[in-house]
Amino acid sequence: MQNHFPLWKNSLVLIVFMISLLYALPNLYGEDPSVQVSSSKPEKISPAKASEIEAAIQSAGITNKAFEFKDGRILTRLSNTDDQLKIADLLRDTLGSDYTVALNLAPTTPAWLQAVGAQAMYLGLDLRGGVHFLLEVDMDAAVKQAEERYNDDLRLAFRNEKLRYQSVAKDNGFIKIKLKEAADKALLLALLTKDFRTLEVTEPPAQDEVWLKLSIREEKEIKKFAVAQNMTTLRNRVNELGVAEPVIQQQGENRIMVQLPGVQDTTRAKEILGTTATLEYRLVDVEHDLQKAVEGHPPVGSRLYMDKNGQPILLNRQIIVTGDQIVDASSGMDQDGRAAVFISLNGVGAAKMGKLTQANIGKPMAVVFIEYKIDTRIVNGEKVRHKEKVEKVISVATIQGAFSKRFQTTGLDSPQEARNLSLLLRAGALAAPVDIVEERTVGPSLGQDNINKGFLSFVVGFVLVVLFMAVYYKLFGLIANMALAFNVVIVVAILSLLQATLTLPGIAGIILTVGMSVDANVLIFERVKEEIRNGNSPQTSIFMGYEKAFATILDSHVTNLVVAIVLFAFGTGSVKGFAVTLIIGILSSMFTAITGTRMVINWVYGDRRVEKLSI
Amino acid sequence: MKLTTINFIGNRNIALIFSSILSLASIVSLAVNGLQMGIDFTGGTLIEVGYQKAADLTVLRSTLDEAGFADATVQNFGTAKDVLIRLKLQEGISSADLSTNVLEAINHNTAEPASLRRVEFVGPQVGDDLTQDGFLALLYSTIGILIYVAWRFEWKFSLGAVIATFHDVIVTLGVFSILRMEFDLTVLAAVLALIGYSLNDTIVVYDRIRESFLTLRNKTTEEMMNLSVNVTLSRTIMTSLTVILVLVSLFFLGGEVIHGFSVVLLFGVFFGTYSSIFIASPVALMLGVSPADLMPPVKEGEHLDNLP
Repeated sequence: MQNHFPLWKNSLVLIVFMISLLYALPNLYGEDPSVQVSSSKPEKISPAKASEIEAAIQSAGITNKAFEFKDGRILTRLSNTDDQLKIADLLRDTLGSDYTVALNLAPTTPAWLQAVGAQAMYLGLDLRGGVHFLLEVDMDAAVKQAEERYNDDLRLAFRNEKLRYQSVAKDNGFIKIKLKEAADKALLLALLTKDFRTLEVTEPPAQDEVWLKLSIREEKEIKKFAVAQNMTTLRNRVNELGVAEPVIQQQGENRIMVQLPGVQDTTRAKEILGTTATLEYRLVDVEHDLQKAVEGHPPVGSRLYMDKNGQPILLNRQIIVTGDQIVDASSGMDQDGRAAVFISLNGVGAAKMGKLTQANIGKPMAVVFIEYKIDTRIVNGEKVRHKEKVEKVISVATIQGAFSKRFQTTGLDSPQEARNLSLLLRAGALAAPVDIVEERTVGPSLGQDNINKGFLSFVVGFVLVVLFMAVYYKLFGLIANMALAFNVVIVVAILSLLQATLTLPGIAGIILTVGMSVDANVLIFERVKEEIRNGNSPQTSIFMGYEKAFATILDSHVTNLVVAIVLFAFGTGSVKGFAVTLIIGILSSMFTAITGTRMVINWVYGDRRVEKLSI
Repeated sequence: MKLTTINFIGNRNIALIFSSILSLASIVSLAVNGLQMGIDFTGGTLIEVGYQKAADLTVLRSTLDEAGFADATVQNFGTAKDVLIRLKLQEGISSADLSTNVLEAINHNTAEPASLRRVEFVGPQVGDDLTQDGFLALLYSTIGILIYVAWRFEWKFSLGAVIATFHDVIVTLGVFSILRMEFDLTVLAAVLALIGYSLNDTIVVYDRIRESFLTLRNKTTEEMMNLSVNVTLSRTIMTSLTVILVLVSLFFLGGEVIHGFSVVLLFGVFFGTYSSIFIASPVALMLGVSPADLMPPVKEGEHLDNLP
């Protein structure tokens, strides 16, 4: 019985080992605390600006390890986190809102490793610290908003077509149209088929009525759009927050996952992500009696609002400009030192604003701040989603002269509020309100703690298994230990290559793999021992041991794999990380424990006369 | 290790009675104590804060009580400096703002500001989803195993493997409920990993039984089974020991977050090893497994082909 591997098998094992080693290598290098600067405008940072920034950093008296300018982005590496914070503050102050300054940890992987695409493992939030949010998009609100839009569009279309109608009203998921004369119905139906194909038409018994409903397809489209639009907006907002490497992903039909590594100020992050704040500009109604409106009889064209001090004020129903016509906003101080938001409008908004201010010089205009707040409350054991639209008049000022494209709004409580509002206006509005349904925040100290603890228990567990195997199986045990180390290298290499998220349970999975992956070797070695007991020669025992154990290893590993795959399919977040390491560990252990150990055993015992095996 | 000749199968009644008592006790404990479901499943808020010195829990409790968080549970987490605050889903209070309010409240009254180590908030809907996913994971992994083992072996083995595995899961959960440890997502992952491990162990024994069925002729089914369990015994114990070694390391050094995980697996590996030796094979035997079940089927019509 010859125990000899052909050249290709030996080469295969060695090549896999070398490649794994190469791709596992980046994990040995650390990370530099660094500051990343990018442009918040479509234009990239110019080389001139880059050298200006570099000079600013150097003049601050802080030595930076490296200054990299690539793809219009600046990355400056620093020696410690104190310097990092100082530089970030400095750059935020000097650069203003045209640039995004973010804290980052830049890997110190050498260039030759980066060139072959080798990267360190991607650490999950529980290891690096940061915030995880799961946001739920309020789909009902999105559909309702769409119905309202259709309502307005229908009225407008009827007016244009000179179609006389009694009412257009939303009722129980239907938009019910009542005509003045039943004779116009044909005209109405023709109009609907021409311009409103997305609506399903129902004809009730009453001849002068037509009921419309959003088609299922249209409703689906609306929902899809709401999520997509919200993701774009959230991405803009996160960019404005200055977070390096944020993750924004859709999860399921109506949820969006947002992960912000390194962010600690969760309150601000929550405010920025969750609010649907916008502004509206309206004229103050000075013609009608305020007192009468307060008593419950507001005039037809006006609405009653409360200002910041809780005083009632009557505003025109007609809106001059809404938040989505705002193209840019920045915050600062006005001449009197009050917090102000400087606003630029788009063409349509500017034209409207210009016309209205021209016609109403000397009259007061109000700025209404609108915010949707949602909470989930439990009332009588039932989960009730409570949505509140908060509208407050933040400022009323007399129109001194006509203005159109650029102007400022004051009346905000603090510079912080002005900053947040300008950020929200810039990033755009959410298409539908969102609700935070899950939040997980891990502080940076806990993240590092988790890494240390995970690493320590890995090392200790590994050493214990190695000692145990060496003592019990002697030379064969040492060979199994080599395979075990090889297996860990492969797992780390594959995790690095896939850039799968490594979490604390993921580390636990690697540790568990260490304990379980020697199983294949135990199976083989016990079988070899059995063959020796049965009186076979050492060479035959090795051969038969591997041969007979293979089917068992396959069966037992596949069952384990089935469970790990189910765990992957149903697990979320950190549990998925556990499943990933388990799956990789099971698969690679079959390679290392069977083929890897066999190669070494063949080198040691193959092609010669052997009296006794060290097993 | 020498080859043992312990009569495992012959003395199966002892093990079966023992396991029945164990399972029954576990089910009673699960019914009476229940599992301490973590916020992952119930929804709620969990806040971990750290102090430089040992934290005074009484002060923290009264502070939270005054601030209107009457149902908050406050306890140390791992060390005396770390504190874990748990809050149920609140009636009438916005859940997303809760963590902020709590932190403000406790920093208001203590001299040293707490450093926030971790916040977890799980909304009721997400909690329900996670529970449902957890159950589905258990269900699908069971079905997957049933199919695979039935395909590779035979349905009686398949059922035996599932019964042995369920035994391990129930007894482990029973221990978990007696210890009153918190059942969270990581623990659920450990339970699923346990299913995989326990099966792995059982399959190795079954595999050997199948081999015995096909190669040994002049022995009874019971003798063949007993021999197979004995032959694989050293392997079963060796593998369990290596896994237990890493789990002990994880238990003592892995930190508080991973505690429940290592406890489940420690007990699970222990019971899994026990059941693959004492339970899995007797159950298959009682279901009526015999060598005939695994004989390669005689192809129908084969003899006809040979006719001239």
